[in-house]
Amino acid sequence: MKYDRIIEKFKDSKISQRLLKDINKVKDDISLMEVCGTHTVQIFKTGIKSGLNKNIRLLSGPGCPVCVTAAEDIDKAIAIACRKDVILCCFGDMIRVPGSKASLDSASANVKIMYSPIEALGLAEGRPDKKIVMFGVGFETTIPAFASVLERAKKQRVNNLYILPVFKLIPPAIRALLESKYVNIDGFILPGHVSAIIGENDYRFIAREFNKPAVITGFESADILEGILLLLDMIKKRKPRVKIEYSRSVDSKGNQLAKKTIYRVFEKTDVDWRGLGRIKNSGLRLRKEFNGFCVDKIMNIKIKTPRNNPKCICGSVITGAREPSDCKLFTKECVPGHPVGPCMVSSEGTCAAFYKYGDKNEAG
Amino acid sequence: MRQDRISLSHGSGGSLMADLIDEVFIGSFGNKILGALDDAARLNLPKNKIAFTTDSYTVKPLFFPGGDIGKLAVCGTLNDLSVMGAKPLAISVSFIIEEGFLISDLRKIVGSMAAAAKECGVWIVTGDTKVVGRKEADGLFINTSGVGTLHDGMSVSCRFVKEGDAVILSGEIAEHGVAILDSREKLGLEPKIKSDVACVYHLIKSCLGFSKYIHAMRDPTRGGLVSVLNEIARASGVGIKICENDIPVKKEVVSACDLLGLDYLSMANEGKVVFFVDSGKAKSILSRLRKNKLAKKARIIGRAVKGRQVFLETRLGTKRLLPLLEGEALPRIC
Repeated sequence: MKYDRIIEKFKDSKISQRLLKDINKVKDDISLMEVCGTHTVQIFKTGIKSGLNKNIRLLSGPGCPVCVTAAEDIDKAIAIACRKDVILCCFGDMIRVPGSKASLDSASANVKIMYSPIEALGLAEGRPDKKIVMFGVGFETTIPAFASVLERAKKQRVNNLYILPVFKLIPPAIRALLESKYVNIDGFILPGHVSAIIGENDYRFIAREFNKPAVITGFESADILEGILLLLDMIKKRKPRVKIEYSRSVDSKGNQLAKKTIYRVFEKTDVDWRGLGRIKNSGLRLRKEFNGFCVDKIMNIKIKTPRNNPKCICGSVITGAREPSDCKLFTKECVPGHPVGPCMVSSEGTCAAFYKYGDKNEAG
Repeated sequence: MRQDRISLSHGSGGSLMADLIDEVFIGSFGNKILGALDDAARLNLPKNKIAFTTDSYTVKPLFFPGGDIGKLAVCGTLNDLSVMGAKPLAISVSFIIEEGFLISDLRKIVGSMAAAAKECGVWIVTGDTKVVGRKEADGLFINTSGVGTLHDGMSVSCRFVKEGDAVILSGEIAEHGVAILDSREKLGLEPKIKSDVACVYHLIKSCLGFSKYIHAMRDPTRGGLVSVLNEIARASGVGIKICENDIPVKKEVVSACDLLGLDYLSMANEGKVVFFVDSGKAKSILSRLRKNKLAKKARIIGRAVKGRQVFLETRLGTKRLLPLLEGEALPRIC
């Protein structure tokens, strides 16, 4: 109950209104990127987007796991799920993401929506006649749960559970954004959930090497507004640092237990991001001891390099270089009921958020 | 009954079917009209202005915190009649049962249908049973239809809302949707959230003295509050503004929705009513409503305004649109 009351403070309208007023006193043109999809949605949902003056621009970053999964990986998941001896377990918002030809819910695929990877272990035990394949999608937030399920499966000698790991790590993506100079970003609103696992230290390079401020931020309206205010203050004083606003959940070292679990099972590797291309050490593969769980060990699935719809600009939307309204498909061919690109699929995708709450029909 | 599970013979028209009807259905629903076992119910309706509605129920799981498919199937149809300003009189029930279904479960479900109908003073007057083979249905589907007579002096329609009308919500929202999701997916939410499934007839009846000031009523089921507001705005050609701070909702429901990335404004309810009423009488209607146990937390949540859009005044004091949901809401990854 105590925690409930703390959360209530962060939802408090008077505190939030005061913070918004202070932010709107700043007159400089400033572009901030919220890396996480949950932030993108909350910024719309709580009314922050419509309350900010136009000189403060919020760009949505590569923080929706559905959106950054490469089409090739989705094609591979579909091909796996179409095999008769397989049940593919994946998170709900993954099933509508378009691959190059079909999505998991439109292809004749055997898919089970899971809320937690532990369900896949139960399914494997209950269905020894099937190969249960987990579609390992997500950032640092969800990876520990997959790792711990694999450890448990190894201990229990479950021999029909597999994983297709396409996990992504956030700090290397931020580095790639900063190095590539895709967009002009003055500061970062860093994801709260991911940071609860990895802590603050992995982000220090943002300030040290690139002279940009960053704030690890929570998800209630007062959290986000305070995060923005801290960024504006550091920008004004030209003292970039990495700060933690979400201190009720995040500390500098992160969750040691979760991190250790991840790296007992996985190791870093280079992976492809939709929109950002191949990024060094930004993904995970199974360590040798866990290689028996790798789906590639039991089936040899070859995927042709897929073609994305050439008109789809999801790649640029993910990097904050362009906004959904710049896309010719947005709200026309590409709508949530019939998404062309991944950013329209997930409820946390930038295009879906803009479509639902956004500028196309601004509230009067 | 000798068997403990439904078999194809229970739907074949033979003696097993007769036993099932006698023991399970007539035993619980018992009334003269149904007991006659004619091909159709003969009804004497006191008036010739009637409301008539039908709905099918396929909820999964069949039993959930706060109710079951039987209670839902009766309350849902009674609520559809009630929000049209009708007094429900009689309903039909039609079962499609999968072979192998537990007869003890069927008895429980039929028992809650009988209880819900009795509470509302309504008779179940005609019915049908079909049994389909294994895997040809998901346990049990129920269809109910209902008739009722329209109250004198009450004329409600989704087209009758006028600019300036007050919007009253009868209680805390999103509980049915969250309860179903929790029990279907075994999320283990704590504290347990119960479905609000209930018949709203008596609640609406308590406001009959205000009939001419009530312009529209809707029960916010699938699609939740957002769907109702958008349907009314479109049908009546008005805009609707509601205030986030005034919307009654339990904290644990908001937390559950936050956790799953779902919007409580779009989650289903099965025992709530949204009233669109003359603004001058809104407070009187509200205090009348609050005397009913189903509407202790009723609030005025907004009003009909110029324009065609539905929007929310956020806690921050800013505005955002509340458009209809496209497709099914999928829980997010992280």
